[in-house]
Amino acid sequence: MEQSAATTTQSGLAGRSKFIVGGLLIVAAIIYLIVSSTQASAQYFLTVEELNAKGSSVMGRDLRISGAVIGDTIQYDSQTLTLRFTVAHIPGDNSEVEAQGGLAKVLHEAVIDANRPRLQVVYEGVKPDLLRDEAQAIMTGRIGEDGVFHAEELLLKCPTKYEEAVPEQSEG
Amino acid sequence: MVANLGYGALVITFLASLYGVGAAIYGVRKNAPAWVDSARNAMLLTWPLLTISALSIIYLLVFGHFEVEYVAAVTSKSMPLYLRVTALWGGQAGSLVFWTWLMSAFASAVTLRKWDRDREFLPWVIVVSLVTLAFFLVMIIFFENPFERLWSVPLGNPVKAMFQPAGAELLVQSDGRGLNPLLRHPGMIIHPPMLYLGFVSFVIPYAFAMAALITGRTDDRWIRLTRRWTLVAWLFLSLGLLLGGRWAYDVLGWGGYWGWDPVEIAAFMPWLSGTAFLHSVMIQEKRGMLKHWNMVLVILTYDLVIFGTFLTRSGVLSSVHAFAQSAIGPLFFAFIGLTFITSVALLLHRWNELKSEAHMTSLLSREALFLLNNLLFLGILVVCFWGVIFPLISELVTGQKVTVGPPFYERATGPLFGGLLLLMGIAPLAAWRHSTATTLGRAIWKPFIASLVVLGAILVGGVRQPAALLGFWLAAFVSSVTLYEFWRGALARHHKSGEGLPVAIWRLASRNRRRYGGYVIHLGVVLMAIGIIGIEIFQSETQGTIAQGEQLTLGKYTVRYDSLANFDYKDGRNIARAVVSVYKDDQFIGELHPRRDYYYESQQQMTIPGVRSTWEDDLYVLLVDWQPVSADGATFKVYHNPLVNWLWLGGVVFILGTLLAAWPDRDPEPVAVRVSRVGYAPAGD
Repeated sequence: MEQSAATTTQSGLAGRSKFIVGGLLIVAAIIYLIVSSTQASAQYFLTVEELNAKGSSVMGRDLRISGAVIGDTIQYDSQTLTLRFTVAHIPGDNSEVEAQGGLAKVLHEAVIDANRPRLQVVYEGVKPDLLRDEAQAIMTGRIGEDGVFHAEELLLKCPTKYEEAVPEQSEG
Repeated sequence: MVANLGYGALVITFLASLYGVGAAIYGVRKNAPAWVDSARNAMLLTWPLLTISALSIIYLLVFGHFEVEYVAAVTSKSMPLYLRVTALWGGQAGSLVFWTWLMSAFASAVTLRKWDRDREFLPWVIVVSLVTLAFFLVMIIFFENPFERLWSVPLGNPVKAMFQPAGAELLVQSDGRGLNPLLRHPGMIIHPPMLYLGFVSFVIPYAFAMAALITGRTDDRWIRLTRRWTLVAWLFLSLGLLLGGRWAYDVLGWGGYWGWDPVEIAAFMPWLSGTAFLHSVMIQEKRGMLKHWNMVLVILTYDLVIFGTFLTRSGVLSSVHAFAQSAIGPLFFAFIGLTFITSVALLLHRWNELKSEAHMTSLLSREALFLLNNLLFLGILVVCFWGVIFPLISELVTGQKVTVGPPFYERATGPLFGGLLLLMGIAPLAAWRHSTATTLGRAIWKPFIASLVVLGAILVGGVRQPAALLGFWLAAFVSSVTLYEFWRGALARHHKSGEGLPVAIWRLASRNRRRYGGYVIHLGVVLMAIGIIGIEIFQSETQGTIAQGEQLTLGKYTVRYDSLANFDYKDGRNIARAVVSVYKDDQFIGELHPRRDYYYESQQQMTIPGVRSTWEDDLYVLLVDWQPVSADGATFKVYHNPLVNWLWLGGVVFILGTLLAAWPDRDPEPVAVRVSRVGYAPAGD
């Protein structure tokens, strides 16, 4: 111990500084990784209403949209594995959902209200088990020129039945 | 009746906790050991009381008391006994009770140890444990009470309340809503308790760290006392994460095992800081350095444990794990803030007493490499934390909610995981204190050459992807180094004592469990890395709708659709089960039975893959859809997951290594360990 302490005093600042420089380099590398990865994979979380308002300005951007699945609109072509359905607008904010009586109620009202902003969705792949009327769909993808949302990933939540973990059903 | 008993037990436990905290502090203040003993008794009382409470819930669950809302929410008449018992942690309120019960068991076990030389820690360990316990009891008693019953009132909707509201009558539901069928998997039944065990046992090292800061006994005694607790916590957390992954692979039907979901990350973050802590305490024990850092890590781990419980319980983040959104979120947040600020204030108060006894001199010394390992672990932790809170931050700053998905985590953590693997290969061969490129090179060149030979073989085998080559080379490098370490140690024993090599390896590992347990864990990580590289880089898939007798081809495999049966099963589900024949290079190798279960009761379907698993690859076939008239055919999705079995094998090796490292020593003090460590220390320690 004494010996190593003495060595350090001799090498003094030079000994310390290489550790500080090395540490800073690594911290910088980690920050770079975080910043660049965030930029490369950020997805804008929009409600259906916001998406309709923004129109073509968000075309080509990675978007994450949440909405209530309207059961009657679900069409699945098992030949081409093409899934089409329409979602209705629900608030994006948890506290707003809570204020309106909870997720189950909000989803239900969104589906029966014909005046809600709606969005057509197309997704290619396996039809998820949880896709049904009044489920909350969280979709990642891009908006097409036809105004249809092309989902690459589809996550579903069904709050009506269970209070505990309803695990993920993701694809793509 | 039983509900009242269970609830009463909770309330008494809460009061006992408050009393224990008060008595312990008073006892220290007045220097009155009798009060500390009384606090200890209060601590010991909590476990039987919570056992009564937990048993009450289990009683209500097993006997189908559907007037209790929690019972109706998580069980139904058709559920078998074992699922009713395990429904204790099937929902939020019950799992909080289960959390406190485990916490109390661990804390009680700690207070029962012989305290002899460490008596001054005792009151503060009790205080920290009981404060944590009391916090969770507040959550349960006031916000998430599993004993609440449903009451029908003359006007309006039924009311959920613990005690009979005026004019109300008990509403007995005829049946419950049952447990989500997706959760009826063995992996999912033991996965939450494992995570919880991991979570609660990290409270113990934290309690000792705080005791050390409060009493000013800031040597590394607290670390030595809690080393095994930390390992046990880490063992359970690792096991919980592994089981969760296996469950996702077996049941969720998307061919994956990890989805970077916020809830998964919530369990992963304390594991990361805990792993960093496990490594850096070795530097404090060996060199008397990094004392502040270890305190920071243990505080961080504790609050990440609470944060993890909070994340999974508050619904603050949009997670596909649709946990209920409840009022307990802000309280969790307040508790995390309070404990964090208090802990950091204590740390600052003792800052000068925690000065390092030595300085780092060489960038290639083992302590410097351990520090680097810590930076990388914390780097991954920061990436995870950033990914989880980024939507909240972006919303606060720009008003626009922006999220990041799995690509973010993969891209940002990939290089850091790679760096950790590289360190795993270098650090075991680096000497403490003074290590130069020359000494390190002398120790490392043999395993390095061996890893290059493996790399060459993989190149000849036809692998060309740079990321896969790098990954496989790292795996080969780490395993060569690790096996080389075993070999050198065993050879030294062999020469010294004339033991046969197998005996020498066994004695080496069992006399020096921490070090060689660590190496076994490293080997487990390498195996897991091989599996992860296999599935992440080489996974391929195809899908299609085919008629009976037709086939789908994926690489070397051909899948032929033979038949499909659709029938009701006695436990209330409808099963559609397809039979497909699998051919590899046109050779018939077996049948698979992908199926789809539909639970009438919960209107939930479940896609169970048919999997053919070998050490080379998994063929993972999903039945996506089918037509009632079989001529129209059925839709299948087929995944080819190379090497994924190595991930699970690695998991088993990893857990065995942790058990080896945590196994109690016969000698109470690790004197023998130290001697032998010097004996086999690499590069002339």
